[in-house]
Amino acid sequence: MTKETHSSKEFKRPDGRKVNELRKITAKVGIVPNADGSAMFAFGDTVAIAAVYGPKKMHPQHSQDPERGTLRCTYNMMSFSVTERIRPGPSRRSTEISKITEWALKPVVMIDEFQGNVVDVHINILQANASTRCAGINAAAMALAHAGIPMKSLVQSVSIGKLDKQLVTDLIKKEEDWEEGEGPTDIPITFTGDGKISHIQLDGKITKAQLKEAVELAREASKQIHEAQKKALKEVGEKQ
Amino acid sequence: MILTSNLTAERIIEYLKEGKRFDGRKLDEFRELTIETGVSKNAEGSARVKLGKTEVIVGVKMDVSEPYPDSKDKGNLMVTAEFLPLSSPRIDLGPPGFDSIELARVIDRGIRESKFIELEGLCIKEGEKVWTVFIDIYSINDDGNLLDAAGIGAIAALKTARIPEYNEETGKTKFGEWSNKNIPLKKEVPISLTVHKIGNSLIVDPSKEEEDISETRVTIASCDGTIHSMQKGNAKELSIEEFNKVLDIIEKTEREIAKKIEKAITHTHCETLKKEAITHHEN
Repeated sequence: MTKETHSSKEFKRPDGRKVNELRKITAKVGIVPNADGSAMFAFGDTVAIAAVYGPKKMHPQHSQDPERGTLRCTYNMMSFSVTERIRPGPSRRSTEISKITEWALKPVVMIDEFQGNVVDVHINILQANASTRCAGINAAAMALAHAGIPMKSLVQSVSIGKLDKQLVTDLIKKEEDWEEGEGPTDIPITFTGDGKISHIQLDGKITKAQLKEAVELAREASKQIHEAQKKALKEVGEKQ
Repeated sequence: MILTSNLTAERIIEYLKEGKRFDGRKLDEFRELTIETGVSKNAEGSARVKLGKTEVIVGVKMDVSEPYPDSKDKGNLMVTAEFLPLSSPRIDLGPPGFDSIELARVIDRGIRESKFIELEGLCIKEGEKVWTVFIDIYSINDDGNLLDAAGIGAIAALKTARIPEYNEETGKTKFGEWSNKNIPLKKEVPISLTVHKIGNSLIVDPSKEEEDISETRVTIASCDGTIHSMQKGNAKELSIEEFNKVLDIIEKTEREIAKKIEKAITHTHCETLKKEAITHHEN
C-alpha cells in the first residue's frame, strides 16, 4: 500500500522528470588539445571536464611505486560553478572526492606494467547542479579511454536519491535539499563494465530493501550513460 | 618536461628575422579569437575565450562585504587565476605558482587602473556594505598567451554579468537569484595586450613554442589609446626604439581586439535574447 501512495505517477519532481529519468546527457571527447585524452560529460546543468596526462614518470621519486603504475585523480570545482562562490583551490571535500574518483576508476584501469609511472586525471566542474562527482567520474572514464590507457571497460556513475520515501534517478540541487518527510538521501554509485560497484556513498536514511532498489535503479541508468559515452568516443574515433 | 628545443628556437628566430612564423601569421597578427559568454549558469557572468588552441574560462561572482577603510564608498575588486593542471602537461599540482599570481595581478591592475568598473556604483551603505566583484580565471588549454586571453575573458565576463539579488533587511545576498542590474561599467573597454621580444623581433600572441623562447614581454592595458597599466616581464632589456615599437604595436592591436570583443559580445547577447524569447514563447 505504501508503495502505491508513493507511486511514481503521483510523485512530482521539481523539474518535471519521471522518477527514473536521467537529465539530458551531453558527452564529448577531445576537448583539451594539450592532453593525452580529454572529455566533457554533463547531466543537464552539471558540467564536468576531465583531462588525462600520462603515463609519465612519477615525481618526486619517493612517490613512485616500483611494482605498478599509479592512477592519480584530482577533482576541483571552479569558484563560480556554484551559486555562492567557493574559494579556489583544494578543500577537504575535493580531496575526498579526488580519492573516491580514483577508487571508482582503479578496478578498470590496467596500468600495472607502467611501474614508476603515473597517469594523472584532472577533473574540473564548470557548472554545478548536484551529482558533480558522478559527472566527473563519467568524464574521467572517457578521457582515460581517449588517452589510450588500457582499460577493462569504462565506468558509469550516477546518483540515486530518496526524497522522503521516493527513489529518484540523477539528483538535482533542489532535490538534494529536499525538506519534506524523511528528507533527502543521496547515493552516488559507480559501476564497472561487468556491472560491479566500484564506488558507492550514501548520506541520509534508507532501508536495506530500498537501498537494493536504488542499486538496481542506478544499474539501469548506467546503461544509458554507457551508450552516451560510447557514442562520444566513437564520434571522435571517426574524426581522427 | 619537454620544452621547446634549442634547434626549434633557432629556427623560430631565423623565421622571425624574415618576418615569418611557423603558423604562417604575420608578427603582429593574432590567432583566431572566439569569445563565448554565459558558459556557466551559476556565475554572475562568464566567458570562454579561445586564441587558436589556447582556451581560458573566466567567471564573475559577487558578494556583499565591508568596504576597505580607505575606500568606504566603493565596491571591491578581486582577481584570481588558476593554471589548471588539466590545461597543460607542464603544470604540476600544488599551490599557485608565480605565473598565475602575476597574471591575476596584471589583469587586476588593467581593470582597476582604467576604472572600467565604476566601484562607486557598487556601494550599498557607505562604510558598511559594498559589493565585492570576484573575477576568477582558469586555464583550459595552454598553447601560449594565457595573459591576453584572460584579459579579454575578464572583460567579456564583466560585460555580461548581472548583480545578484540583495535582501536589504537581512543584509544578505540571495545567491542564485539575480536582479536585472548589470555591473556599472565605463563605456570604454580596457584591453590588456602583450608584446614579446624574441631575438630582435617583436611579436604578439605567441604560441607556446614562441612563448618558451620569449626573452622579455610587455603587457599593457589601454583604453582608446590611453595606457592604464603596464608590466614588463622577464629580464632581457629593450632599447627605447624597441619600446616605442611596442607601444605602436599595442596601439594598433588594441583597436582590432576592442572591435572583436564588441562584436562578439553584442552577437552573443543578441543570441541569448533570442534564445530567451524562444523559451518564453514555448512556455
